[in-house]
Amino acid sequence: MEYKSKFNMIDVLKIADKTFNSRLFTGTGKFSSSQVMQEAIVASESELVTVALKRVELENESDDIMMHLKAKHLNVLPNTSGVRTAKEAVFAAQLAREALGTHWIKLEIHPDPKYLLPDPIETLKAAEALVKLGFVVMPYIHADPVLCKRLEDVGAQCVMPLGAPIGSNKGIMTRDFLEIIIEQSNVPVIVDAGIGAPSHAAYAMELGADAVLVNTAIAVSQNPIQMAKAFKLAVQAGRMAYKAKLASKKQYAEASSPLTSFLNA
Amino acid sequence: MRNFKNTFDLYDWDTLEQDIYNISSNDVQRVLGKEKITLKDFKVLISPAAKPFIEQMAQRSQALTKKRFGNTIQMYLPMYLSNECQNICTYCGFSMTNKIRRKTLSDKEILEEVAHIKRLGYDHILLVTGEANSTVGVSYLKNAIGLIREHFSNISIEVQPLDQEDYETLIEEGLYAVLVYQETYHKATYKIHHPKGKKSNFDYRMDTPDRLGKAGVHKIGIGALFGLEDWRVDSFYTALHLKYLQKTYWKTKYSISFPRLRPHEGNVQPKVEMTDADLVQLICAYRMLDEDVELSMSTRESAKFRNNIIKLGITSISAESKTNPGGYAVAPESLEQFEISDERSTEEIKQMIQSQGYEVVWKDWDETFSKSV
Repeated sequence: MEYKSKFNMIDVLKIADKTFNSRLFTGTGKFSSSQVMQEAIVASESELVTVALKRVELENESDDIMMHLKAKHLNVLPNTSGVRTAKEAVFAAQLAREALGTHWIKLEIHPDPKYLLPDPIETLKAAEALVKLGFVVMPYIHADPVLCKRLEDVGAQCVMPLGAPIGSNKGIMTRDFLEIIIEQSNVPVIVDAGIGAPSHAAYAMELGADAVLVNTAIAVSQNPIQMAKAFKLAVQAGRMAYKAKLASKKQYAEASSPLTSFLNA
Repeated sequence: MRNFKNTFDLYDWDTLEQDIYNISSNDVQRVLGKEKITLKDFKVLISPAAKPFIEQMAQRSQALTKKRFGNTIQMYLPMYLSNECQNICTYCGFSMTNKIRRKTLSDKEILEEVAHIKRLGYDHILLVTGEANSTVGVSYLKNAIGLIREHFSNISIEVQPLDQEDYETLIEEGLYAVLVYQETYHKATYKIHHPKGKKSNFDYRMDTPDRLGKAGVHKIGIGALFGLEDWRVDSFYTALHLKYLQKTYWKTKYSISFPRLRPHEGNVQPKVEMTDADLVQLICAYRMLDEDVELSMSTRESAKFRNNIIKLGITSISAESKTNPGGYAVAPESLEQFEISDERSTEEIKQMIQSQGYEVVWKDWDETFSKSV
């Protein structure tokens, strides 16, 4: 009985003033159509969906991507993909707030268009400025524990370290650093980028990540809707396993003739 | 100061050509087993020996492209502003010696063209001119960009090479990308085809992407014009150029185009033929070399070819293009640069792309990103 109640406990994620029942965040890019995107996101039960500002026609109320998100009352998280500096990011965030009516912003500053790796210096600068302007800032960054603390200091409401290069589907390559970040963080840690399979997402959750963000792995799969469901289940399973405390791994088998048994003789 | 010429000078055309034509089937199989493709491997993949492995290359190219770009194709449209030109390019319809009526669009005409193009749905535009610096110089281009900026999210140009300060001026005005093709990296052949005008300066042209990188443009498009020389060697140099630029100007995005010589007003016919299979092989080789580079396909190619290339690694295409100034609305009969091959409407192309399971992307940039710098 006790066992059951423990796992029925409400396990919501809180970022700033919002609570989320789902710990799977998703994206809108790379889908074969807005229809498929909508269906996949609905199937994932994700409650926060990031959309690149550059893909939206901000002045057009019937923008195709936005229409498909609005129809299902999905929470939109605009991102600043495409900007190269803190200054550009702050400008873009303000534009997003005005056009989309949200003060939540996924801060992405990757001056390198090839690997889309985040610029830590510009990101910290922009985060500080945006927090002052009243934004809920969700920064996409390297799995750098010190940078995470610095972002926390300037008021970022969560951190979004990468698991592997974005779009690479390589999984949790930054594990050792993520573990330190998770251990030290006072704000939610959301593993962003690199997650290529539901098992990767489950693994990130088992490590203690508060949520994961998945886009490419769902959008580019042969069946995005099925894949979205698979990610939903994997994130739930990983979270449940984390809460239940994983049995620790055994490094060595116990020897049949112990080396220290003579002490008891 | 670093520039591409230092790298370029380390290679010899004839040696490269010999290398590429001596590659064996074993070399190809070894490269196909590798995960990371180097420039040296690229040489193997564009060799005649790799031709029998084209299906394997295509499969890999498709998977890599989907991973990076997803199921999407970006749409763009060229808008010719002028066919005035003081260069002689033996293969080009605008060449100075062609006795044709020249036209440069006025402000009013530009806006009429824009209105027509907007009705077709385009949001990424490519402005094209010949080289006539007194009438279609930096101030003309600056004015044109300023005029159209509010109508397009993304503005590129394909015009005469400019100096770094000129590019900086245009970037400030809202310019996103510049396409500048070397035509051929074979210096002697280049001279033959560009005997007169500013364009006859091979080194100045080849240095253009460096000036663009220094000016901080968002995207640089490079390529060779296939037909002037051996496409394999020219493509190796293009790839060499790409890799040099990526290392040097790491904040810039790159795209490659694959123009094949088409019939036009001039009289040069292709010296070296590039077949459809050759072009597919090349596209796949580029994708295997670089997952992230944008690969662009114009309406020079036939409908059938374009239908089939969507899935192979191409990331952006144009449709319903006119290659003459005023071609959309103002002066449909003015002289065109070359004949397009795929004459289908934008709507037909859109449907063709969607029917293959790809989303047609109209907007993937925001003009405010350029303005805020």
